[in-house]
Order: sequence, then structure tokens, then C-alpha cells
Amino acid sequence: MRTSPSLLSLTIDSAVLNLSNIADLSSLPDHIVVDLFLRTLRAGKLNERVLKLFIATGKDEVFSLIRALNIRATVIPVLPTTIKDDEIDIVIGAVRSDLTSFMNEWRPMFSRFHLIIVKDPDLKEELKIPEGFNLDVYEKPHMDQVVGSSTSVFFSGYACRYFGYLVSRKKYIISVDDDCLPARDPKGFVVDAVAHHITNLTTPATPFFFNTLYDPFAEGSDFVRGYPFSLRTGVKCALSCGLWLNLADHDAPTQALKAKQRNSRYVDAVMTVPAGSLVPISGINIAFDREVVGPALVPALKLAGEGKFRWETMEDIWSGLCVKVVCDHLGLGVKTGLPYVWRTDRGDPIASLKKEWEGVKLMEEVVPFFQSVRLPREATTVEDCVVEVANAAKERLGLTDPVFARAAKAMLDWVNLWKSVAYISSSSPAV
Amino acid sequence: MATVSPTPLLKDELDIVIPTIRNLDFLEMWRPFFQPYHLIIVQDGDPSKVIKVPEGFDYELYNRNDINRILGPKASCISFKDSACRCFGYMVSKKKYIYTIDDDCFVAKDPSGKDINALEQHIKNLLCPSTPFFFNTLYDPYRDGADFVRGYPFSLREGVPTAVSHGLWLNIPDYDAPTQLVKPLERNTRYVDAVMTIPKGTLFPMCGMNLGFNRDLIGPAMYFGLMGDGQPIGRYDDMWAGWCIKVICDHLGLGVKTGLPYIWHSKASNPFVNLKKEYKGIYWQEELIPFFQSVTLPKDCTTVQKCYIEISKQVKAKLGKVDDYFNKLADAMVTWIEAWDELNPSGAKSAELPNGAAK
Repeated sequence: MRTSPSLLSLTIDSAVLNLSNIADLSSLPDHIVVDLFLRTLRAGKLNERVLKLFIATGKDEVFSLIRALNIRATVIPVLPTTIKDDEIDIVIGAVRSDLTSFMNEWRPMFSRFHLIIVKDPDLKEELKIPEGFNLDVYEKPHMDQVVGSSTSVFFSGYACRYFGYLVSRKKYIISVDDDCLPARDPKGFVVDAVAHHITNLTTPATPFFFNTLYDPFAEGSDFVRGYPFSLRTGVKCALSCGLWLNLADHDAPTQALKAKQRNSRYVDAVMTVPAGSLVPISGINIAFDREVVGPALVPALKLAGEGKFRWETMEDIWSGLCVKVVCDHLGLGVKTGLPYVWRTDRGDPIASLKKEWEGVKLMEEVVPFFQSVRLPREATTVEDCVVEVANAAKERLGLTDPVFARAAKAMLDWVNLWKSVAYISSSSPAV
Repeated sequence: MATVSPTPLLKDELDIVIPTIRNLDFLEMWRPFFQPYHLIIVQDGDPSKVIKVPEGFDYELYNRNDINRILGPKASCISFKDSACRCFGYMVSKKKYIYTIDDDCFVAKDPSGKDINALEQHIKNLLCPSTPFFFNTLYDPYRDGADFVRGYPFSLREGVPTAVSHGLWLNIPDYDAPTQLVKPLERNTRYVDAVMTIPKGTLFPMCGMNLGFNRDLIGPAMYFGLMGDGQPIGRYDDMWAGWCIKVICDHLGLGVKTGLPYIWHSKASNPFVNLKKEYKGIYWQEELIPFFQSVTLPKDCTTVQKCYIEISKQVKAKLGKVDDYFNKLADAMVTWIEAWDELNPSGAKSAELPNGAAK
């Protein structure tokens, strides 16, 4: 006859089943904590949160077990099961040469995927990249080979990443600046920006009517009362813009004025930017569907005093406005909000402001221009739309400042480049 | 910009309008936040029932008899047996700001566990500008710790006056009946720490459960329609008002904000009852949204009242054929404006704005 399990044993079994409701184990005697730990392992219920719970008890036996079993807290990204790893490229524009700590911090999130690292052609030093990644590195010679010199398209500075977009053969691209690290959410968990961007891109966007509970496709959310049912299927999301903790993407005058201000507010929402509404899309933390909208991300607006800090550029803002106008015309969606990245403190806004302030002034022309662009019904492809925007820019802004005439030309050259170089898979759908 | 100045109480400039048919017990929880203010209670349903107001509140209470007495034949525009009757409270108020809340809404807690003073946040929202012309990716740029992002034109950073502050709800979310039936157990537990301006040209579903507005700027457009007894539709009162006010705000260059504050919504109404009320609305909104999206107001509509009368004309012309209800509604909209102007004779505040620019 088998002896029935002890009350203690039953209690520990029950605790294993209810781990999600337990917030603190430190009051338990050591031998019970160890027993609970082993049974948790056996039941396959050890995850990052549970591991933290055991570590928080401070018990030596728990630490010995962790060391002995070589348990490490790694973040396993949870991707939608419909997405295969080989559909994603992570494109990093290297504006600085030493990418060691950057790559190591992102390793848990990046290592599954193919990476494209593009070196700023103005960068003199050799790139330092740690081992263990599946990647391709592109430098100036590659650019010259692919693009030739007879083009006004520029890949210097932050715009070097566009070369990566051009040569990528994948459907989805995720791109973050090389001074950004993974952020933590208010509960202390590391944010998997890659998985989050993919979720944004693979769930519909809802640009035609504002949902007051933000993303209706998020867990625990839905469309609110009064949201027309015919609009609930949504449209394809072409672009996902993430945000930044710590050093937010303010312009130089703003950051100089509020020198100590750092963004610590984690806004737990993703939302679709409504159709017809323009938005300054920062290039610091973005993802997009390259097959659907690739040509619309244009390396076009190069400021006269453009430099190696975001405060000294506006290329991404111009590019983003172009993408939004094209998406609005073609019925595609743009989302903004999560995921956050942690943007490290770098540079001096006052120095940047002294060097380059034209960009801020130019926005006074740029925004009204994009707000007034009307694309003709005949423009049904992304390439056609970009050409229309370029022609309109040349016509309406070309005489205001030569930088705009150059931008317009760069856009036209970019479309041609895209048509001749970019990989279009046979299965990629027309928009 | 060193210290953040405390939010003014505005206790002599703000009325709290509460529609009720049962009781006002919920006010006890709100006492620390509401007691300084004047309440306007609009009692729906049986006027012979006595609604007890908790001690210590300064209030005026109107039941159906009062509404009929004050408005005479124009009382026909005020709904009966529906919380839409609350708009009568907006009409009789003499204050600059209104906050309206449902009697099943309680004080919520923020993620740190602190009680949320919803009224204070609404006042903050209403007193600082909106930014409808260009989306700020860091949401409300005037909030502590936030600002405009790179690329935001400086000429647009002054913003425009805020007419409406739309708050949200934790616990029972404001779902329609079909969604309630499919997800009866879903609760909104996500605290989104943001206020944002709804861009110009974008419509939204405005919920009347937790709503603040500047009565001087937009009051006459806050008509909550014909709902309830004798009407083919219910639970679309706030929706209707929301579409009207957004079109008018877009035309007059005013802002509408949504997001914080949260209140705790405690009661899930019966989804089957709701389905009966909303049924026609679910079909009609497919026509209503394109209608509102395409409404254009002529340049000479420079006051809220003029804009509203113009919308009522277009409702009759274009929606009358969807259902005769819209003919009645269009007439009621006109009656409402007549009643509003009667009770609020212009002279001092005519809500005429300098830039009545056409859309």
C-alpha cells in the first residue's frame, strides 16, 4: 500500500501550480524553498519572473542550484507564430565604430535574426562587432559598387541605414540607432522591441476612426462602443514607430532648454496615427514592411550642416512624412507607441544647436508642404506615389531652399535605385 | 519652468452634471474631490420619486416636471428614460466648465495605488492647449516631463484652446452590446499614462461617462439627442454629441483631448438590454460616420450655434432618407439651440471665435 503524500508535499505541489499568484517566498524555511525550486524545475514552470522570485529569497542553496544547473535568465522573444525568423532583417546604421556593448545588450533579441550592419562612409575607424551573430556588413566600397557615384542619393551619417534597406531581401525590417539599448517596462522586465514591432506590423491598423482604448488588437482591449463594425477589420500596418526612454527625441533647442529632462514615462499603448494626420516619425526606433512600403523611406533631406547626432539631422522626419502621406493615400496604416528603447545620453544639444539650427527652421516649410500634398488617383504603387511627392517638392519647395531641390532629386534617384536593385520576391503582394 | 504650479480648483467656474434614476450613493466616494463644487442633478424617470443627495453637497436638482416647466414645449428635445437627459444640465448651468459623470463611476487608483482625482486632471486638460494639427509622438507636450518631439514645427507649438477633455475607464470598459456578449469577463486593467489631442479631421466615439468640457467654447453643441422612451434608439446619445462637437471643433480650430483621467466603472449593464437599444445604431452608424466625415461647414459659420444649425440642416437633407428618426432629430437639434439661446442669452459670451475658418 502506498503511503499517501504528506500535507507539506501536497502544499508544495499546490504552490507550484499557483506560482503566478505568489509574490514573495522569503518567509519560507530554506528546505521548503529548495524543494519548491526543484519541483518547479521538474514541472517546467521556471520563467524569468519565477526565477526572480527565488533569487529574491537570498537563500544560498537556491544560488548553488542555479550555478550548478547553469540556469541563466535569458529573454525568449515571443513572436507571432505566423512569422518565421528568416522574414526579418535587423538593420543597424553604424555611426560609431565600437558596437560591442550595443550588440551584446541586444544579443537576446537580435541573435535569432539576420543582421545588416551598414557603416557610415564618413567613419574612419574599423567597426568592432562581437562574435556570434549572423550578419552582413556593408561599407563604402559596397555602396559605390551597388549604387555607383552618379546619384544624389546619400548614405552618409544616419542615412547609411537606407543602404541596408535597399539590399535587404527580407519582408520586415527593424532598425534602431546604435546608441539605443533595450528598455525595461515598469515591472522591470526587459522589453523585446523586435517582437513588439513585429506584433505591431502583423496586426491591423485602424486609421479611419480613433479607438479611445488605443490598439483594439492588444490583449485585454477591443473596439469601444460607437466604433463602426465595417471599420473593425482594419488595414495593413506598414510602419511601426517606437518610442524612447531616458533621452527622448527632442530637437536641440528643446533639449538645451530642458537640459536635465529625461523621459521616464512609460505609456503602455500602441495606436494607429489617424489617416490624414501627419506625424514626425523619428528614425531612432522603427520597423516597417519592406515589401509593402520600402521605397517610401527615402534618404533625401540632407541638411547643409548635418552631423552625427540626431539633433543635427532631419532626414528621418522628411522620410517619415513621405511614408505617412503615401500610406494615407494607399490605405495603409502607421502605428506609434510601444515598444520603448533606452536611448543613452550622448552629445551636447547646445553644441548641436550652434552648429545646425536650419533644420528646425525648415520644418516650418516642410510640414505645410506635406499637409498640402494630394496624390492623384492614378498613383497606385508606392513608387508612383514617391515620384509624385518628389515632383511636388521640387515644384513647391525647390525655390525656397536648395536643400529641397536636392531632396526631390534624391527621391527620384532613390525610386530608380529601388526599382533596379531592391529584391522583390515573387510572392510579395501588390498593395 | 522650475516648479509646477498647482492646478486651480475653479470651484466657482465649474458645475458637475450628474444624471440619475436610482440614487447618488456614489457621491460619498467622490466627496473629497467633489465637495467644493456645485452639482446639477438631472433626475430621469419618475419625477415623484425622491432622490436623496448626500449631506454637505451644494446642488440643484431637476426632475421631468422641472424640465417641462422650464422649457415648455421645447422640452420635447430632452430625452426621457435615458441618461441623455443630462444635457439639460449643461443648458441650465451658468458656469464656464462642465464635468459630467455617471452614477456608477467611482474613484480609480493609479498604478502606484494612489486615488485619482479625475476632476483635477480634466481641469488640467481643459486649461492647457491642444495640438490638433500635427501629432506629437510623446502625446501631450505640455505635461510635466514631456515636450514636443524633433520635427514638430515651432509655429504649431502654441496649440489651440481645448474644448473637450474625454476621460477613460478602468474595470468595465465601454464596449457595445455585441462585444459585451462575446467578452463578458473582459476588464480594462491597462493604465495608459497619456493625454493626447485627437487630430483634426479624425472622428472618435465620445463616451459621456467621464467627460469635461468648456461650456463657453462648445456648450451648445453638446446636445445628447433623442434617446430612450418613445425613440428607436438608445446608447448613442454621447456618440451623436461627440461626432457633432468634433466636426465643429475642427471647423472652429478648437481641440479635443482623450486619455487621462481614469475612473473606475463598476456596473456592466445588461448586454441583452443594450443590444435592443443599440440595434438600430449599429446599422445606422455605418451611414452616420461617412456623413460626419464629409460634413463641411461654410466660412460664415463662426459660432457654435450657427455650426450646429447648419449640421442639423445637413442631417435632415442627407440622413432623413436613412430613417425618419433623423428628421425628428434634426428638428430637435434646432429646438435645442433655441432653448439654449433662450436660457443663455448672448451678449457677454457668444462663443464667437476670431478664426472661424472653413474646414
